[in-house]
Amino acid sequence: MNLTNAILQLVVMALVTYLVRMLPMTLFTKKITSRFLRSFLYYVPYAVLGAMTFPAIFFSAGGIISGLVGTVVALVLAFCRKSLLTVAVCACAAVFVTNLLLTLL
Amino acid sequence: MVQNSFSRGVRDGVPIALGYVSVSFTFGMMAVAQGLPVWFAVAVSMTNLTSAGQFAGLSLIVSGASFLEMALTQLTINLRYALMSLSLTQKLDSSVTLADRFWISFGNTDEIFAVASGQPGAVGKKYFLGLMSMPYLGWALGTLLGAAAGNVLPASVRSALGIAIYGMFLAIIIPVAREKKPVLFVVILATALSCAFYWIPGLNRVSSGFVIIICALVAAGLAAWRFPVQDELHREAQPTDAPSSEEEARS
Repeated sequence: MNLTNAILQLVVMALVTYLVRMLPMTLFTKKITSRFLRSFLYYVPYAVLGAMTFPAIFFSAGGIISGLVGTVVALVLAFCRKSLLTVAVCACAAVFVTNLLLTLL
Repeated sequence: MVQNSFSRGVRDGVPIALGYVSVSFTFGMMAVAQGLPVWFAVAVSMTNLTSAGQFAGLSLIVSGASFLEMALTQLTINLRYALMSLSLTQKLDSSVTLADRFWISFGNTDEIFAVASGQPGAVGKKYFLGLMSMPYLGWALGTLLGAAAGNVLPASVRSALGIAIYGMFLAIIIPVAREKKPVLFVVILATALSCAFYWIPGLNRVSSGFVIIICALVAAGLAAWRFPVQDELHREAQPTDAPSSEEEARS
């Protein structure tokens, strides 16, 4: 691997990622009047995060069983309105313990 | 009501930052394992500030992909940010200038966006600066730690860290889905679609970046058509919002 090439790739990566975020925010400065469009934009983050989480979360723990246990723990804690940190850390802990138990069995 | 307190932003950003440390730690660890220098891994995190895009970019750099392939992959994976930036334009307080938008958009990540758009009223630049500061530091610091010292951790700990980011996503969407039926509808529909794209033969050849965009367009589009949101001005004019009425019920 050539480091100069890697640096150029980094520039491409950073530039594209920034433009994708920056252009819609700077080119579009007015309030949207369309009720449909406003509703659509309100729902987008929930759709994106839902699609990003499932099914990827099941495979994020190095094993499907520990992935399922971690998912259930995260779902229950999130349902109880626990903080981002609590949910994330407890899901990790659940995965860690499950993996540990599985190796002992 | 405008949320524009810097310190409040910093406080709201701390949980995001801690979650980011665990995810960026994994990124730093992987970058170094693939033969990249520590400073390079940190430079990627400090200039990109995106999880999925960086992991995909890393494997492209290592495999010697073309610049065009890199650009198209980043565009696809990160196109959701365009929708989020557009959505955030509706959330920003009127005192936010065009110049401010150049740096605010840089800090528009999934989690920062979710917290900012979860605020009851408009959001000001001081709040946003506070909100993005800790996650940015956490993302950079986690990458540095993972790159410099990742191999010290046992494999069992490293594999347990992978679920952190998804736990964070759930903590953002589930409480809202619990209260608002249309959001629950959006989450279930997007999840079902995403699973269909993963498991159904033929559909599973669509790249993950496009899957997210398709799910977002369909689920959010259907919900916007079936359950249009209340007019914002109308909603802000009403003093009793859902949380306050709940407090009354408790007391």
